[in-house]
Amino acid sequence: MTATDRTDVSSPPRAAIRARHLRTDAWRRGPILTVVGITVWVAYATFRVFYQGDYWVADYHYLTPFYSPCISEGCVPESAHFGRFLPDHPLLPYAALSLPFLLAFRFTCYYYRKAYYRSFWLSPPACAVPDGHARYTGETRFPLIGQNLHRYFFYIAALIALVNTYDAILAFHSPEGFGFGLGNVVLVANVVLLWCYTLGCHSCRHVMGGRLKHFSKHPFRYRLWTLSSALNARHMMWAWITLASLALADAYVMAVAAGWFDDPRFIN
Amino acid sequence: MSARTFRVWRGDAEGGDFAEFDVEVNEGEVVLDVVHRIQAEQAPDLAVRWNCKAGKCGSCSAEVNGRPRLMCMTRMNVFEEDEPVTITPLRTFPVVRDLVTDVSFNYEKSRRMPAFAPPKDLRPGEYRMQQVDVERSQEFRKCIECFLCQNTCHVVRDHDENKPEFAGPRLFIRAAELDMHPLDARSDRREWAQDDQGLGYCNITKCCSDVCPENIKITDNAIIPMKERVAGERYDPLVWLGRKIFRKDKAPKSE
Amino acid sequence: MSDNTINDVEHLACDVLVIGAGGAGLRAAVEARLAGKSVIVISKSLFGKAHTVMAEGGAAAAMGNANANDNWQVHFRDTMRGGKFLNNYRMAELHAQEAPARIWELETYGALFDRTADGRISQRNFGGHEYPRLAHVGDRTGLELIRTLQQKLVSLQQDDEAAGEPESKLQVIDETTITELFTDGGAVKGAFGYRRSTGRFMAIAAPAIVLATGGIGRSFKVTSNSWEYTGDGHALALRAGARLINMEFIQFHPTGMVWPPSVRGILVTESVRGDGGVLKNANGERFMFDYIPEVFKAQYADNPEEADRWYTDPDANRRPPELLPRDEVARAINSEVKAGRGTEHGGVYLDIASRRSADYIKSRLPSMHHQFKELADVDITAAPMEVGPTCHYIMGGIEVEADTAASAVPGLYAAGEVSGGMHGSNRLGGNSLSDLLVFGKRAGEYAAAHAAAAEPPKLADEEIETAIQNALRPFGNDGENPYELQNALQAVNGRLVGIIRKADELEEALTELAALRPRIENVTAVGGRAYNPGWHLALDLRNMYLCSVTTAMAALERDESRGGHTREDAPGMNPEWRKTNLVVSLEEGAGEVRLTRQPVPQMPPELLDLFDPTELSKYMTPEEYRRDSPAGTPSAGTGPADTDSTEAEEA
Repeated sequence: MTATDRTDVSSPPRAAIRARHLRTDAWRRGPILTVVGITVWVAYATFRVFYQGDYWVADYHYLTPFYSPCISEGCVPESAHFGRFLPDHPLLPYAALSLPFLLAFRFTCYYYRKAYYRSFWLSPPACAVPDGHARYTGETRFPLIGQNLHRYFFYIAALIALVNTYDAILAFHSPEGFGFGLGNVVLVANVVLLWCYTLGCHSCRHVMGGRLKHFSKHPFRYRLWTLSSALNARHMMWAWITLASLALADAYVMAVAAGWFDDPRFIN
Repeated sequence: MSARTFRVWRGDAEGGDFAEFDVEVNEGEVVLDVVHRIQAEQAPDLAVRWNCKAGKCGSCSAEVNGRPRLMCMTRMNVFEEDEPVTITPLRTFPVVRDLVTDVSFNYEKSRRMPAFAPPKDLRPGEYRMQQVDVERSQEFRKCIECFLCQNTCHVVRDHDENKPEFAGPRLFIRAAELDMHPLDARSDRREWAQDDQGLGYCNITKCCSDVCPENIKITDNAIIPMKERVAGERYDPLVWLGRKIFRKDKAPKSE
Repeated sequence: MSDNTINDVEHLACDVLVIGAGGAGLRAAVEARLAGKSVIVISKSLFGKAHTVMAEGGAAAAMGNANANDNWQVHFRDTMRGGKFLNNYRMAELHAQEAPARIWELETYGALFDRTADGRISQRNFGGHEYPRLAHVGDRTGLELIRTLQQKLVSLQQDDEAAGEPESKLQVIDETTITELFTDGGAVKGAFGYRRSTGRFMAIAAPAIVLATGGIGRSFKVTSNSWEYTGDGHALALRAGARLINMEFIQFHPTGMVWPPSVRGILVTESVRGDGGVLKNANGERFMFDYIPEVFKAQYADNPEEADRWYTDPDANRRPPELLPRDEVARAINSEVKAGRGTEHGGVYLDIASRRSADYIKSRLPSMHHQFKELADVDITAAPMEVGPTCHYIMGGIEVEADTAASAVPGLYAAGEVSGGMHGSNRLGGNSLSDLLVFGKRAGEYAAAHAAAAEPPKLADEEIETAIQNALRPFGNDGENPYELQNALQAVNGRLVGIIRKADELEEALTELAALRPRIENVTAVGGRAYNPGWHLALDLRNMYLCSVTTAMAALERDESRGGHTREDAPGMNPEWRKTNLVVSLEEGAGEVRLTRQPVPQMPPELLDLFDPTELSKYMTPEEYRRDSPAGTPSAGTGPADTDSTEAEEA
């Protein structure tokens, strides 16, 4: 968070206006809320990822998304639907295969970029409020040119969302066989919201049909593009809701796994 | 009817300062009405650019209480009764006088933009385009060239040195419009956007979309799709891999 | 004025000088440049802001995309009917014939009109047009037009650059006002003006000049026109020796906004009615059925049921009366309000909310939806709009030769609203965008040809010096503030030369205008020359004054009611007056306005044959349309000419 006094906005031949900005509204609110929200979430996620416990409810097969797919040799065998091949180490998250990509998917997401460029990097903090930096090259060079890999991370994130969906389906389980409890509602809701975020991603919108020049020649892809666009219009909302739903789903599984309370069951 | 205090920046490239005017405001008026009243009654030489007074021409761009806006579309009732209203010229462009700025930057950038390339095999009257195919470009053609997006974009607003490299949101939507035009015959729009317009400078902080009086979704519908189209040709690993495997020299045509 | 260069006059030269950067000016510039001439375009405001952007509904062209029965003959017929047969028939003919090509051409420049299901240009219904005919883009067609032409100019500049041509081959000089035209031996040779940004003067030598400056609406208080519309081209042409015709015909658009006061006059597009909107008075009555004039009874429905069926089945039903030509609708609204059936703010209701779905309204009329939401806090998908007549367009203007757009002054051409004759006494909606394309092109073409045959003119220092003195005069005066004088002028016109006129009021107007003259001559500007709107207005005032006088004089002379000229003391059309144009010119020396009468060009038989004689009989004297009469050459029997009826319409 560096700041500079050098502001082209205020010196001739532009109008020589002493105030760096003249906004009278509460423009600081947005960036502050973003910083608080993201910081709290990252702190919680970091704690949980390295906690390496209370991620699996054996009776009901609830697996938290933070540990999916669970591929470490430290994973409870039943929770590892895709094998255990990663060495068990305290600094190696159990879902080390998926988490970096999920992080990268969100880091390069067009909405999050806006959010952290504005709030953490102050570039700019708000519209018509001067940039906190003297120099600016945007995403034209390394490392930020890497933001263009968003599509790659989208492809992987879509695969991981499939894994999460698989987890959520397997979780309709009880010692008697089929089972259905509040945890299922939480996990399914989380998965649905994750899909809303993932399929509404700008890259997805491009892949579905945005890249076409003639929609009229591809009516099915045009439909897909329309659906993706509808989700995309609320991309920011899905971005925040899924942060919350991920943390909530994880916390729920943790609470049940740790035995802090019992999962209310509707069937078995 | 009520009396209000207006602070209007007056001056030119040599310097200037705020002038205060106490002025009457009537029901239903917009900021431009009040500026006109100041002009008619107190300062006949107050420089202000305007034309249609209906949000269709995009001439009366200024910054009202620090926010880039069209003065003709800023109703007085959005301000508190006792709130002074501060008006300055656009801050990204050289000032001419008072509220008028030299916006030639934008016209120079337009001059560099390769024009629509008509298809060679179609004569006038033979163009056939489907509504769904023209709709995306039509959104960008709603642009009234008020240049509020160009003014608010921090890439040039806060970094004058980027002006040679960066064309700005108004020209990005033009690039997108042509790249999405069903009959445009050029195939180098993306390269041009990335290499000549400086699309990579945009960090999609969306202030252009926020200030657009036509509510054009500049970032979501033009800049990001253009970035994605560029990525598709330059940065997508799958496309890259596909090219390697199938030994195609060119990216799959977007068709 | 710290800058020394401010006092140096900037000298420029070109083959074709285009004054005005709206649709007509830009189209002329394109044509002249394509003809290989060097062109300078003078824009009073920024490039691309011209008044053309305000045109909403569309550009009329008989492409026949929406209804295959449409063709140029039908369009010609509608145009003549709309103009009450006072039009220059040749202009109307060329316009109807060439409009489709001009529209299609725009697509090759990059325009994106709304489409039909089979991918052609969609066409919408509009007042006075028999078939859906207006090529459009939502309700922002004018913007599309200006942007397309603007971009075409840029592409020509790029072509020049690529071909190694100097930039001066096609220049747009923005924020510049022309105050004088220079003539030599009766022909134009250049122009003089100032750049707004610095106040620096400019003299441009050019053997051919195209005037495309638009209209005069700013002389009225309630107007849809912007500050630029001060009749500059009309006045420049008069002073250069050209003639103006039909200056009494001013179109009041029936639907301008009436509330809040600050937006009074801003246009509400006719498309609202074309797309299903209806007019209602304060009692909720759809009153237009009571105002269908005799001449239009055959084409307009007299009951709501038939009118409503027309939207889906236009071939079997007559049109809703809301779509009568603009003058009829404006007068009807005026009458309703006068009879005490107006709304609270002195208008009537335009209701589309109760007739169309919110989605339909938003997709067809996006900018109206936006405009009412932002400016009046009214959601037009839920509530009716309040509307009333607003000064919109002047049919009159520079008298030009139909084919060449040439005025009486050699080298001086005019196109678009500043020219006269094309629209007769009333313009149909949608005909102005096509007018400016058709005649903009022609003006550019013929101006280029004229320039090719002319010697490069020379401007004399003395005439430039005189022009400088004239332009600087307001700084030395000790009179009134230009804004007060503009208000005074607008008040006279609005009160006495408005939508309904009377002889004694027009006489009063002329007296009041005469009293304003010395005040306007003594108008005072304060401050410096750089971007000084007070000074700009002071210079524009004399043009507004001159146009106001010509309108009032012509309106007093024409004691009948026709199209955009309604005389309460002389109701109804008089076939004798149909044969007469009123022409104004300036007397040599004293500069007094002189008014003369001149016959309207007579339609040749093949065009007369396009009309039913019964219809012609409502406008013309029998000898004009009767096949057996000596006036018209008999043509091979196409239908009977058996009516002797000469009854004039009682409006």
